[in-house]
Amino acid sequence: MTVPGNWYLILSAILFSLGVIGVLVRKNVIVMFMSVEMMLNAVNLSFVTFSRMLGDIGGQVLVFFVLVVAAAEVVVGLGIIVSIFRRRVGVTADDLHILEG
Amino acid sequence: MGSLLLGVIAKPDLIVFLAAALVVVAGGIGVISYRNPVHSALSLVMTMFGIATLFIEQNAQFLAAVQIIVYAGAIVVLFLFVIMLLGVDRAEVFSRERIRAQRPLAAVAGVVTLGEILILGHATWATGAKAATGPVGNSSDNVFKIAQVVFSTYLLPFEATAILLVIAVLSAVYLSKRVVVNVDEALEAPLEVASSSDEESFDEVTTPKTSSENDDEVYEV
Repeated sequence: MTVPGNWYLILSAILFSLGVIGVLVRKNVIVMFMSVEMMLNAVNLSFVTFSRMLGDIGGQVLVFFVLVVAAAEVVVGLGIIVSIFRRRVGVTADDLHILEG
Repeated sequence: MGSLLLGVIAKPDLIVFLAAALVVVAGGIGVISYRNPVHSALSLVMTMFGIATLFIEQNAQFLAAVQIIVYAGAIVVLFLFVIMLLGVDRAEVFSRERIRAQRPLAAVAGVVTLGEILILGHATWATGAKAATGPVGNSSDNVFKIAQVVFSTYLLPFEATAILLVIAVLSAVYLSKRVVVNVDEALEAPLEVASSSDEESFDEVTTPKTSSENDDEVYEV
């Protein structure tokens, strides 16, 4: 392995920050959800990198569990989005200002 | 410059890493900057493929396959289904802001997050000890090693994920069920729920009315 693990971790940090910016900037809830998935992927990448750096298979197993939880999260989240927007025409988070206190 | 280029070419790992990193970052920027959600979803696929490449590069072949099958094959297709189903593939309006200067503040917050992570990366690890779950195999027995650990050390969490998936399926079925709150409204306008555009009808449909209000309305009708 010629590429040092730090490079992977830096790439993972960059991808995570892109996800953070996406959640904060975008107003389309589906795109915000995609940004959350991107953050999960960044964390998965760092898990695999740590698994390689420490010589331990546990990191890869943890990524496996994260994948399962992400799949369940997407199913429930998109179900909520569908059930909200079936009775609305708006697609952005601003259209959900009924949630304001 | 020439020797540097030669050094890069002599290391195939480095070439793969740089290409995959480029794909990942380009896809990530595409997700957050395309106005059309369909294009964002396709950029997300690009990011997933780049990360799968990096998984293979790090001897995690099983996870690379699962990444492509689950993420690119299932999750993004689910995203695309929802985008097409709801008809929300319109470009969003960036000019109308409810919170002033939200976008620059968000960019600043993202940069601060990146800086924090990078600074924390230089700190010493809390535990530098090698964990004892099991050794990483070589490229040929990756699946074997993962299965060995999942079905012994992590057996209980593995079974918990089965329960989690069942709960997710049940909740998806329940959430996609069409619930009619007010019977008299549904009789008046059965298609109003799907096509209503103004806020008033939304409020009427969702806010549960007290029984006395309902009785009054019924008697008035």
